Amino acid sequence: MSIFEYNGSALVAMVGKNCFAIASDRRLGVQLQTVATDFQRVFKIHDRLYIGLSGLATDAQTMYQKLVFRHKLYQLREERDMKPQTFASLVSALLYEKRFGPFFCQPVIAGLGDNDEPFICTMDCLGAKELAKDFVVSGTASESLYGACESMYKPDMEPEELFETISQALLSSVDRDCLSGWGGYVLLVTPTEVQEKILKGRMD
Amino acid sequence: MGRMTELPTKGGFSFDLCTRNDMLLKNGLQMPPFRKTGTTIVGLVFQDGVVLGADTRATEGPIVADKNCEKIHFMAPNIYCCGAGTAADTEAVTDMVSSQLQLHRYATGRESRVVTALTLLKSHLFSYQGHVSAALVLGGFDVTGPHLHTVYPHGSTDTLPFATMGSGSLAAMSVFESKYREGLTREEGIELVAEAICAGIFNDLGSGSNVDVCVITEGKTEYLRNYQLPNPRTYISSKGYTFVKGQTEVLSTKITSIQPKVEAVEGGDAMEE
Repeated sequence: MSIFEYNGSALVAMVGKNCFAIASDRRLGVQLQTVATDFQRVFKIHDRLYIGLSGLATDAQTMYQKLVFRHKLYQLREERDMKPQTFASLVSALLYEKRFGPFFCQPVIAGLGDNDEPFICTMDCLGAKELAKDFVVSGTASESLYGACESMYKPDMEPEELFETISQALLSSVDRDCLSGWGGYVLLVTPTEVQEKILKGRMD
Repeated sequence: MGRMTELPTKGGFSFDLCTRNDMLLKNGLQMPPFRKTGTTIVGLVFQDGVVLGADTRATEGPIVADKNCEKIHFMAPNIYCCGAGTAADTEAVTDMVSSQLQLHRYATGRESRVVTALTLLKSHLFSYQGHVSAALVLGGFDVTGPHLHTVYPHGSTDTLPFATMGSGSLAAMSVFESKYREGLTREEGIELVAEAICAGIFNDLGSGSNVDVCVITEGKTEYLRNYQLPNPRTYISSKGYTFVKGQTEVLSTKITSIQPKVEAVEGGDAMEE
């Protein structure tokens, strides 16, 4: 079994019109046994920047703690929040530093940049950035997520439609993956507000 | 006395997780596949300079992770580098050498030379004995003329009039070996590079999507991103999916409004009188 399949995870982020959505599943498992059904994978860095971390859960939590630490130092020095592109470079550098003994996590970064321009990106566990204009996926359910997003995604969706699309893509993909699921968590960010929703999914 | 907090490190690699990762491997867990750019990258020298070309597919095992990634990396205004191998390694090594070249330009006050980039790359890759898996095609035009080099992951280099690297290199090299001649014009050079990349895209499974081209001549560089798009998406459903609002079952909702951050500027310039 691969190290990435130890805990199981599913993450997806999508771009809409001046908004973005990032969604994850809620299962935490130890190989085939489920240990928690309310596990948090999407973390807030600041009001307009969120990071989801898939892969080994302990590495995801450690990465998050390191990133929050670095961002707080940045805020103290620069007296402002980090731009999403800068943050992506920071995550990439932290991951590449451990090139020969890596963190087993794959981040999905989503944020609103200047002029409320949404920004999403994903990386492999070594920090190779992949910037996308439409959607990014990560986790054990990634192959199904690629297929679901590829067919369901439309450019320039309004927030409500984006929420429905990302939820349907996530729920249909995790249904085809044993290691992720047990509900969904969707975070939808527009320039004025943040909506967090818990989805009802199959609990198997 | 141990350090309580971890300060940001001074750069370079950190090996602290290696013992833990070895333990995990011994307990039967497999290392994950890194994102590779199973690639076709090419370069050729024509009468006025250098043309570089690359495909745009990034793979993660058998899955296409990125359908339109950029494999031609900026090194200096007159030097570009195509990268194949582990994507994180090619990006990190080209970014690092690009920064070193910029510092060198500030120190010397001169335009960067291709051999400088070449030596910086090969000495870094050799010192990691091939573990930094980056295979590069480096090309540029400096005061000494046009140059084209290939750099292998272990640190060896070749200087060639035309070169191909990556999983699609054999397909591309077959095009070059049959059609290359000295003294090509700019249009002929670009056409030949595009043809070689297409040979890689259509015949090699690790390469695909679009053709990127970069033309470097004296004093001028043109980066033709997505020069050719031979693989358009033809299966788009005309209706698409439309989800009705409220179709997804939601258990709970929490809405927080984002407070706009206001910059407080201290009143006026008291000293200005």
